[in-house]
Amino acid sequence: MADKPLPAVGYLKIPENGKPYLQGCKCSSCGAVFLGERDNCSKCGARGGMEEVQLSNQGELYSYCIVHRSFPGIEVPYVSAIVDLEGGGTVKGNLINVEPEPDKIPFGMPVEVVYDDALGRKDRDGNSYLSYFFQPR
Amino acid sequence: MTDAYVIGVDMIKFGRFPEKTVPQIGSEAALLALDDCGLKIQDMQALYCGNLGQASGMVGQRILQEIGQTGVPVINVSNACATGATAFREAWASVKAGLYDVVLAVGVEQMGKGLLGGGGGATGIPKEGLLGSGTMPAVFAEAGMEHSRKHGTTFEQFAKVSVKNHHHATMNPKAMYQIETPLETVMNAEMISYPNTKLMCSVNVDGSAAAVIASEQKARELGLMGRAVKVRASVLTSDPWQERDLVMPDVNTCTRLAASQAYEMAGVGPEDVDLIELHDCFATAEILHYENLGLCPDGEAGRMIDDGEVELGGKIPVNVSGGLLSKGHPLGATGIANIYEVSTHLRGEAGERQVEGARIGLTHVIGLGSACGIHILEKAS
Repeated sequence: MADKPLPAVGYLKIPENGKPYLQGCKCSSCGAVFLGERDNCSKCGARGGMEEVQLSNQGELYSYCIVHRSFPGIEVPYVSAIVDLEGGGTVKGNLINVEPEPDKIPFGMPVEVVYDDALGRKDRDGNSYLSYFFQPR
Repeated sequence: MTDAYVIGVDMIKFGRFPEKTVPQIGSEAALLALDDCGLKIQDMQALYCGNLGQASGMVGQRILQEIGQTGVPVINVSNACATGATAFREAWASVKAGLYDVVLAVGVEQMGKGLLGGGGGATGIPKEGLLGSGTMPAVFAEAGMEHSRKHGTTFEQFAKVSVKNHHHATMNPKAMYQIETPLETVMNAEMISYPNTKLMCSVNVDGSAAAVIASEQKARELGLMGRAVKVRASVLTSDPWQERDLVMPDVNTCTRLAASQAYEMAGVGPEDVDLIELHDCFATAEILHYENLGLCPDGEAGRMIDDGEVELGGKIPVNVSGGLLSKGHPLGATGIANIYEVSTHLRGEAGERQVEGARIGLTHVIGLGSACGIHILEKAS
């Protein structure tokens, strides 16, 4: 078992000495920004030339829905949110610290990315995970 | 190139048939479509079979093992919810290319109950409810909320789609449900993913649909032009790059691309179309496609549903079959079932729900991931 939490997804990076961040990449030909790593650009078709970038922790709420029915064992309701990050990159995740009511969740709301334990979820080896969430700024 | 015609087409009444196998369910529609044009399986020169749940299971061959092993080529097709339309299109293309002059396309699905989507990776921890939701009701709720953000579309307007389609289904004996659902009932049903309530989600059902497609010369030789339906356009697109599409599947761009290609191929515009069967997998989705298919300018979809323009008797009736919301959505069968619906109206055989004087109709499906299939059909002259 790892002595520290593992990242919940590959594009969440946990540096040895530093704060966790979301990793993206940018096409050096057309400037398209993608979440995570990739070899080629699916916007312009350029081969190679993808540059790693650290995505911003600041963004705004683009769209969302309020999930009232999910799979057994998953706590509801929760807000499933699509967030556009400053400087490029769009990420999906849970929007926390808001009331799960449509009139309390305005489009364009400024949000920040925060990092916390993955709701207590552990893998079969008992490892803990670090995940990311959005909350209003 | 020759023109291609639908000469036989039918579907089974959608329902739940756990006691049957997928090939048995598919065979029923295949035989109905053959009977519709008075042909036999021995007359078919190829079979194009759409199925998702058993995509590696040689469903087309197993259908022939039920109804006649003639040794013809069988092409099994899987393309998410565009599976049936893709099988139909491949069949159409083979006739257009002159490879065959009469072929059979079948779409079939046997579904479980419950939420689709949201499956996690094989390693690590489950992501559902941790990184938002990947369930289909949530994904399409987010797509609907994008429309709300741009145009102010309301929960009530989305709900009206479901009221309309359930009403249409009361006139369709082959629909899963024939039950009126007033607006309050739809809006007060269990909330699945806001703004989609349970009655705004398509019904998981088992079903099948099939079509016999022939070249013009073959249709004439067989004396079947009287009820034949001409395929004026067949288009399939995939999802062009969009900045959010890694986390938010985009059903709009691929539909707009397919629509513009289909109207150009058919030489018609949206104003020439008399009825539409479009992909109302969720009530939120239907609203998006009024604009995507050019039925109204951007931002006016909410007004269209408010004004009743998309109801039977309205300016452009949409989903008079009851749609996926009430007729049901057996994934692999849906694309051919909506070709059956439009063909039935063009033939003037739709009974109580007949769109009077229908001459041109359009079918549309979306397979998330993504694929868009559009067909424009016209009564043979």
